[in-house]
Amino acid sequence: MATERTFREINERIKQGKAVVITAEELVTLVKEKGVSYATSEVDVVTTGTFGPMCSSGAFLNLGHSKPRIKMQKVWLNGVPAYSGIAAVDAYIGATEVREDDPLNSDYPGEFRYGGGHVIQDLVAGKKVNLRTTGYGTDCYPRREFEAQITLDDINEAILFNPRNAYQNYSCAVNPSSKTIHTYMGVLKSNMQNAHYSTSGQLSPLLKDPWFKTIGIGTRIFLGGSVGYVAWNGTQHFPSFMKDESGQDLSPAGATLSVIGDLKKMSPRWLAGASMLGYGASLSVGLGIPIPILNEDVCRFAAAGDDELFAPIIDYSQAFPERESGNLGHVSYAELKSGTIKINGREVTTAPMSSYPRAREIAGLLKTWIQKGEFLLGEPVELLPDANAGINANALQG
Amino acid sequence: MAPKKVVLRFSADISDQPMIYKLVKDYNLVINILKANVNPQMEGTMVMDISGENIEAGIEYLRSVGVGVQSLTEEIIQNEDKCVSCGSCTAICPSGALFIERPDMIVRFDSDRCVVCHLCLKACPMRAMEVRF
Repeated sequence: MATERTFREINERIKQGKAVVITAEELVTLVKEKGVSYATSEVDVVTTGTFGPMCSSGAFLNLGHSKPRIKMQKVWLNGVPAYSGIAAVDAYIGATEVREDDPLNSDYPGEFRYGGGHVIQDLVAGKKVNLRTTGYGTDCYPRREFEAQITLDDINEAILFNPRNAYQNYSCAVNPSSKTIHTYMGVLKSNMQNAHYSTSGQLSPLLKDPWFKTIGIGTRIFLGGSVGYVAWNGTQHFPSFMKDESGQDLSPAGATLSVIGDLKKMSPRWLAGASMLGYGASLSVGLGIPIPILNEDVCRFAAAGDDELFAPIIDYSQAFPERESGNLGHVSYAELKSGTIKINGREVTTAPMSSYPRAREIAGLLKTWIQKGEFLLGEPVELLPDANAGINANALQG
Repeated sequence: MAPKKVVLRFSADISDQPMIYKLVKDYNLVINILKANVNPQMEGTMVMDISGENIEAGIEYLRSVGVGVQSLTEEIIQNEDKCVSCGSCTAICPSGALFIERPDMIVRFDSDRCVVCHLCLKACPMRAMEVRF
């Protein structure tokens, strides 16, 4: 009889130290060698990982009350503005915000050396960060200015809350135009001299559970070096499948996650400020999800290898900025990882934007945590919308 | 003999002379030009690798005709604390000094192949490539 397990059963085995946990890479090999039925019967949990720039990230901070009190109307952390249009001493520091004196792209391509992502990394590294804030003064919050050096330990709460992380799949970006362009996919040389891609392929969390049979609200995850949770679907959650020329499902496409966790427990190794030349500042986030092997279906999807997962090749000089549909074909992650791909018969050098060695490290850490019984699976309160939910992207008109 | 990296500076009055040809023909040196630039005032700078038996004599010749010769002391290093091995520098690096080691996909830097073009300094999202003098 085909193997079936529940979250509860798996958690019992984790507590007893009996759970069989392997990484998604190891599962790919195991299924290729011994088949899905065998792997399903043997393995309880498969771990995944990804580490790359994820712009839709940031942290809610409760900065604490000064004496006398101030209702913080404007907040700057190391000169980077934080959004303070919430309660008196709450603020949200977003990964892509930059200093007000940043030259941006006025000296093209701008360097964007220090942004909200760097503030977050400095905070989790335990560094002192300059807090400056102004208020307009009220009867109950009379103070109008405050400045101090703070550390993460000095403030009340710091909650990493990233509205869109862990993109399921991503484009392979190229530039067929005659001049170099600077994008969030890196520096793309003219005449398609390079092609950049950005997922960890066979280790990428949402490529391994494309029908959301196990991942949902409350799923416990690896986030920024500590424990986090899936809070909701991410923004722009479009869990569809790319089709090949014959109309068959080729690869999962655009699902995303919104995730949350305690910033105070995280580490600068797994939350690293990033500067995308000519584009902006960002935050590289380390994220990993354990997939419980509930049945053979879950195992089959989790076992998809780099040769079975594909990315669309997109022209970032024209099609992407002008929002034109269409692509220059599809390419497998195995080809992308080899270092060269063929586009229209021409060899093009590839390079990743997300770190495969770090993704592998995350899957390995998560595996160890579960094996040691330190990390139990979180059974979702509700699963996320899948490709059958009929979600379509809206576009701004005008 | 290991190649020597040098920076040459030419004033406008000599920048039209075939000095590299002389280095090859008369001094039997192997020249690899890494970077060359002539500004609108016709002053030139050039960074190159020289190898061969007669490097010192060749450099002496350059100085005798008025070329400023300095050895290249600037080098690029990979700050391994900052590098996350993403790989986004590897297709930008023109000389293959930055490359991905497969199958582990770790980003390596071979400073012997570096031509000190500085492209990686800003292309690296982590700013992990640094100049050292």
